[in-house]
Amino acid sequence: MNSGGVRNLGALAFACCLAVVAMSTLAGLAAAQSDPNRFNRLMKPPAERNSPPPTDGIHDPENEGTYLLQTPLEAFSPMPKSKSGNYVSWNKAIDENAIAPRNNLGEQAMPPIVLDLNIVREVKGSMPDVVYPHKQHTQWLDCANCHPAIFIPQKGANQISMASILLGEKCGVCHGKVAFPVSECRRCHSRPKQQTAVN
Amino acid sequence: MTMSKHRVMQFSAKFLASVLLLTAIAVFSYYEAAKAEYGDVVMNEFSDEAGMRPVVFPHWFHRIRFRCKVCHGDLGFRFEAGGNGINMLKIIDGEYCGACHDGDVAWSIENCDLCHSGVPNTPTHVHHSTVQKLVAPLPSGTADNSAADDEPGETE
Repeated sequence: MNSGGVRNLGALAFACCLAVVAMSTLAGLAAAQSDPNRFNRLMKPPAERNSPPPTDGIHDPENEGTYLLQTPLEAFSPMPKSKSGNYVSWNKAIDENAIAPRNNLGEQAMPPIVLDLNIVREVKGSMPDVVYPHKQHTQWLDCANCHPAIFIPQKGANQISMASILLGEKCGVCHGKVAFPVSECRRCHSRPKQQTAVN
Repeated sequence: MTMSKHRVMQFSAKFLASVLLLTAIAVFSYYEAAKAEYGDVVMNEFSDEAGMRPVVFPHWFHRIRFRCKVCHGDLGFRFEAGGNGINMLKIIDGEYCGACHDGDVAWSIENCDLCHSGVPNTPTHVHHSTVQKLVAPLPSGTADNSAADDEPGETE
């Protein structure tokens, strides 16, 4: 046998090793799936995040067009990561110029009108107060998207509750649908309550 | 010469192995649960009736390219899945999706199956939305709910 044959054999052995590793990994995966007490059984494992359209469960794998669509992983590859939603940080992506979403349809690109104004909402209950940053919101949205239909632009005029947000109203019009999910409590409830003097 | 040929063969064997590995993982890691992207919007107001697959609108894809206000302000899309009464006539007239999907800004409407790509009978909803999970769970076996159906502890 010449050296080429040996190399070929080596490559084949390498391929076999890979296949064995793959099979054992998969066996492990299958076992993990069937274990009733597996860790985080209701949570989506990292391998299932950002699935490509043909295997994501809502695109029809029998449809030819499904295979032409851009996959989320490819689209998100230049973007900074996060731990929820799309698993990317949309605001960091803009701040770091990882993406440059257009602000208008015309030939001449117009920059957004950004308003840097924080609104603090003192909340009932034990949760920290909510700090609402206009800055991050106006990078994406126009004033008229929220005011006055969703939020009356006047201090104290808006009744907001977590119940209404969970039902898709107020902040819930976007958060919990396309903006970061409502499970990220501390991203809004971020300012510790001011201690009141106790006599 | 022979050396480079062997390198190529070795490389192709490795490549083949990698492809096999990836395919195997892809096949095994797929099970029935819908795990579509957060914010994928399914629109099935008229599609099923008309014999077309429902539309899957990848919100995240469009958000990379346009800020929210372009569609939700300038183009008049309401913040509600299925709440705009969009039909093909409006799109052809340049309204809603048709403002861009005209073969100029984005590919035009003869690419039917790029939008109409959903699993038939999937109802209108925003995938993974809180409202969908809490208020109006989808019928068992469709889209998001099949994830729960897969759990061994769950009863039907």
